[in-house]
Amino acid sequence: MILDLFAYQFMVNAFIAGTIAAVIAAVVGWYVVLRRETFAAHTLALIGFPGAAAAALFGWPVALGYFVVPGLGALAMVAGRGRGEARAGVETATVGTIQALALAIGYLLVTLSHANLSAAQAMLFGSFLGITSTQVVVLTAVGVGILVAMSCIARPLFFASVDADVAEARGVPSRALAAAFLLIVAATVAAVSQITGALLVFALLVIPAATAQRLTARPGRGVAIAVVIAVAVTWAGLATSYVADVPIGFTVTSYAFALFVLVRALSRLAR
Amino acid sequence: MSDVLFLGLAVFDHAFMRYALIAGTAVALACGLVGYLMVLRGQVFMGDAMGHVAFTGALASLAFGLDARLGLFVACVAVGLVLAGMGDRGRAGDTETGIVFSWVLGLGVLLLSVVASSGGAGGAAGARVLFGSILGLDAARTTWAVAIAAAVVIALIAIARPLLFATLDEAVAAARGVPVRLLGFAFLAIVGIAAAEAAQVVGALLLLGLLATPGGTAWRLTTSPYAGLAVSAAAAVASTWAGLLLSFEVPSLPPSVAIIVVASALYAGATLLDRVRAR
Repeated sequence: MILDLFAYQFMVNAFIAGTIAAVIAAVVGWYVVLRRETFAAHTLALIGFPGAAAAALFGWPVALGYFVVPGLGALAMVAGRGRGEARAGVETATVGTIQALALAIGYLLVTLSHANLSAAQAMLFGSFLGITSTQVVVLTAVGVGILVAMSCIARPLFFASVDADVAEARGVPSRALAAAFLLIVAATVAAVSQITGALLVFALLVIPAATAQRLTARPGRGVAIAVVIAVAVTWAGLATSYVADVPIGFTVTSYAFALFVLVRALSRLAR
Repeated sequence: MSDVLFLGLAVFDHAFMRYALIAGTAVALACGLVGYLMVLRGQVFMGDAMGHVAFTGALASLAFGLDARLGLFVACVAVGLVLAGMGDRGRAGDTETGIVFSWVLGLGVLLLSVVASSGGAGGAAGARVLFGSILGLDAARTTWAVAIAAAVVIALIAIARPLLFATLDEAVAAARGVPVRLLGFAFLAIVGIAAAEAAQVVGALLLLGLLATPGGTAWRLTTSPYAGLAVSAAAAVASTWAGLLLSFEVPSLPPSVAIIVVASALYAGATLLDRVRAR
């Protein structure tokens, strides 16, 4: 039964792409959770949708739309940040406005292109099972780039995330790091959302990372656990979806969520 | 001028536009008030979460052949209360909020496939839930939307004073005997109801634009909380009217898109004004 899975090229592609997506989402997601930037990450994930819709309307490569719009969104968020004042409330209002506007424009582009609505739903909810070998190659290249970039900034980023003031005093360029990190998040969600859809990247980004942070506070071990969880739930989700014919978005999020609830309950008991 | 007048009259010739304007005004009023407090309390992410929960709630109703509004309200209020219960003092952290709503969304995807396979019109139903269908309201739905919006406004006014106190200085409010935790629960239940209302106007995915954007606009323009409530409500209502008229004039522009575009433009204007004043 399980070996049947690999009899089809599209399932092999789905497993390779899913694994790469899970690894980069977990690594980047661990820092997203650490830095409490879940809202910004979620918004960057969602605004891939207008990018993809624009690409579909104007006949550009869809991958281009997925990468360019979240990249611009990340820059807009960095530009919109206050000058270090305590403006948390209004900063999230900016992020929320960018998100709603981007989704509205995405919907407009879909209606203008007269694409059928299931095309919009593929952009939003992804299609794990229609992944081409070209997509796998692109995803691998982007994934390697993201991991290299992350390993370059991992140490100072960790320092700046845990204690921004001390890091700043020690000469760590925390503002530049924050901008670089948001761009990495944008590239990650762009790469992953071509497979999971714009709405479900977030699950792969945040749930394994948050589960890992409940288990350990140490960065190296935490990132490793997040990667293991993300890959495991992705494989289990793919296999279940293949066997039971239920959407991949449901199976992957459910496995990840169940694991998180279990770990949360156990860590409460252990206290 | 006469064009505008003519347009204004033509708009009221159509029953569906009258219903949309009446329901839209009431819902925008409620959302403007709730949204300003969300921004003030730093809970905009809750609005984001509600958008996804609303999608799943509505599709759950459709999958079981019920009225979409039932699922909308039940799901939004229930998840609001669950999230309130997960945090300290009736507030949930962003990460846990994100985890809960991303799973709820996964459930929504399953329900979407159920609706699609049973009715065959899953694509259209999904799009209506995601992006709104305010022009499809009838008299009964309009009455319900207005009644519920009125209830939200009244409930919010009733708890406005202690809620503002708890929002602006939680520790002092708690020391003075303000039931901070209870207010947190009540507020998130109200957010759930407002979100379910907004979902009927602009759709689940865009409801954040009707909740948080007018609130942010008000935050930029005034520091007084009561003035902020008024400005936020006015911005939400103005966006809804302008958006509806705009989409009436330009039929290829869906009303939900037009409303969000106007609300975002107001926010951008307020941000610019704020920056100019800060210099």
